[in-house]
Amino acid sequence: MKTPLAFALAAVVLAALAAAPLFIPDYWTGVLLGMTGYVALATAWALFSGPTRYVSLATVAFFGVGAYTVAVLNEVLPYPLVLLCAGGIGAAMALVVGLSTLRLAGVYFVIFTFGLAELVRQTVSWWEVNVTYTMGRYVFLPFEGRHIYWQLLALAAVTLLISWAIGRSRLGLALKAIGDDETVAAHAGINVTRIKLMLFVISATLITLVGAIQAPRWTYIEPSIVFNPTVSFMTLIMALLGGAMRLWGPLVGAVPLFLLFEWLSVSFPDHFSIILGLLFILIVFVMPQGVLAKLEDLRGRGKP
Amino acid sequence: MTSFIAETAGAVRRLMTRGAAAALLASVASTAALAQDGDTVKIGYAVSKSGPNAGGSDMTVTPNYQLWVEEVNAAGGLKLPDGSQKMIEVIEYDDRSSAEEVVRAVERLATQDEVDFILPPWGTGFNLAVAPLMAKFGYPHLAGAAVTDKAPDFVERWDTSFWFMGGSVDYVDALTEILVAQREAGTINDQIAMVSVADGFGIDLVKAARPAFEAAGFEVSYDKTFPPETSDFATILGEAGNAGADTFVAFSYPPHTFALTKQAKVAGFNPPVFYLGVGAAFPVYPGIAGGSVEGVMSLGGIDPNNELTMAYRSKHEEVVGRAPDLWGSILVYASLQMLAQSIERVGLDKAAVANELSTGSFSTVLGEETRLENNQLRAINWIGQWQDGNFVAVSADGGEGKAAVKLPKPGWE
Repeated sequence: MKTPLAFALAAVVLAALAAAPLFIPDYWTGVLLGMTGYVALATAWALFSGPTRYVSLATVAFFGVGAYTVAVLNEVLPYPLVLLCAGGIGAAMALVVGLSTLRLAGVYFVIFTFGLAELVRQTVSWWEVNVTYTMGRYVFLPFEGRHIYWQLLALAAVTLLISWAIGRSRLGLALKAIGDDETVAAHAGINVTRIKLMLFVISATLITLVGAIQAPRWTYIEPSIVFNPTVSFMTLIMALLGGAMRLWGPLVGAVPLFLLFEWLSVSFPDHFSIILGLLFILIVFVMPQGVLAKLEDLRGRGKP
Repeated sequence: MTSFIAETAGAVRRLMTRGAAAALLASVASTAALAQDGDTVKIGYAVSKSGPNAGGSDMTVTPNYQLWVEEVNAAGGLKLPDGSQKMIEVIEYDDRSSAEEVVRAVERLATQDEVDFILPPWGTGFNLAVAPLMAKFGYPHLAGAAVTDKAPDFVERWDTSFWFMGGSVDYVDALTEILVAQREAGTINDQIAMVSVADGFGIDLVKAARPAFEAAGFEVSYDKTFPPETSDFATILGEAGNAGADTFVAFSYPPHTFALTKQAKVAGFNPPVFYLGVGAAFPVYPGIAGGSVEGVMSLGGIDPNNELTMAYRSKHEEVVGRAPDLWGSILVYASLQMLAQSIERVGLDKAAVANELSTGSFSTVLGEETRLENNQLRAINWIGQWQDGNFVAVSADGGEGKAAVKLPKPGWE
């Protein structure tokens, strides 16, 4: 498909999605909201982890920091500034973390990022307990589901756009080289660490913003609510299902999985975890490269 | 082999699309069914059946919902103003201890299932998460298992919200009152050793306790917060024992409450006042602590001479198969009775029911004339003590359904 045509099509779809809450009941707006949140998370996650193949479990660390920033600042600053602060804090944190850890590789990086989420959660708890003497903060912003949905939709669109732009740039090419073989990429003159760091910061900032935007939906925020590790795992699995190496991969993974979760929790509230576990096993065995790759694979085989 | 994989992949894809379609269909169908289905009262709730909140839900909230529905339906259903009766139909979801899930479940109950009433989830955080939605859709919000000092503010913000468990300040004040009386009687000195769990409940109570104890002329000579994962309290108990305090206060969660009791026994730590947090009011507490817990104090308590309370307890044991806890359960159950009686008086109109809950007087397991003050239940037993195998509600001198506190606490055996 030609690029202008693809953009026009994307704009039409986006407009239709934006108009949807005016026509559908609140519950479906809520479903769209949750889904868009995960599309943004999975796409932002894949932005860094897809090409570099650094599997990060730190998603919820940034997501939670975003939500907490809103909880702390929502009564002292106007909302747009709060979002700006959240983005800034996320970026700064990603910079510090990235500088100190992106030289780790493979399973060490996975373990570190998982630890990071817990570290941030414990640090926030410690701070609240020993310094501010509050546990649990309130977010009273006059947002309904659809307002939060629109913000998330815009963020998801921006994330996809960034992902698209990076994929076409020299940066994207460098990333692919790093993903294939870091040593070779370094010898070819690519500043590996700087590029990884840049991507990590962009990805983490977007994830932080998702948390910040979603925070007003829960009214009450405490570490155990916003640093829920399930968020990291869901994001990872959605991106992997769709295919983390492709622009639309995370979206293709997030949408059906989210609908599936929703359907499972409505229809089998008591067996949710069991069915979910079985499905994950199935996904890993049947489509280790993701749905999109599998589709291409199948189509390719059909041809003579 | 490859064709097998392709087939399976196809099956998964079909399953997924069919899943989404089924969800759509089911929601359409349920809306359609409701239009013609007027013989039942639909009551929906989302509770934590899995995840970290499952224990609390399963102790205080879910069994009471089940008990109440079973009792009402066994009696022919909910009574309506015209004398007719309608059976309760329950729609139940698992929020998996996730704030986003509980919010969406309430949206689903309100706009997809279009239930007549929604019962709240367990916990302060989750009750607050759903409060704006309950208010938006006009549902009375009977926040049963939520301790918050901000209830008066919340009532103003969401005028169909009702708060049944009081706030930290209430619990701390009840304890302080007893401590002051005991100090004047010469039973205890003016030193307090206080520990608290670094989690919502512990922080909230310790924040209320520090100024309250100080204002009453006590000195907190040992003040320590411990992480929720803590399981070894030997050091904490040792330090608390050396602090020269006659009063030991722990704002703890069940695992810590049990561990503190066992380890205090082993260490022979037996201060005149031994006060613990959540868990000491569980019926299983004496069993877990292994023998005598005489004199241990905690939040909650019941009046063993109150026939209504005792009838509720035996009914709960009969239907659910185990005894309710001795703090929140009875409050949750009373809130349901008030809902049923409001419906009997004004029908199924949500606004009318909310108004009746605010202004009416009800006959509940708490008493013949239970009423709310500014949408809050205040007739709560704030503090209890294990006396002769019962966890009874106490006050400094007794009276009004409360026993007199017995201090100093006797030895562990």
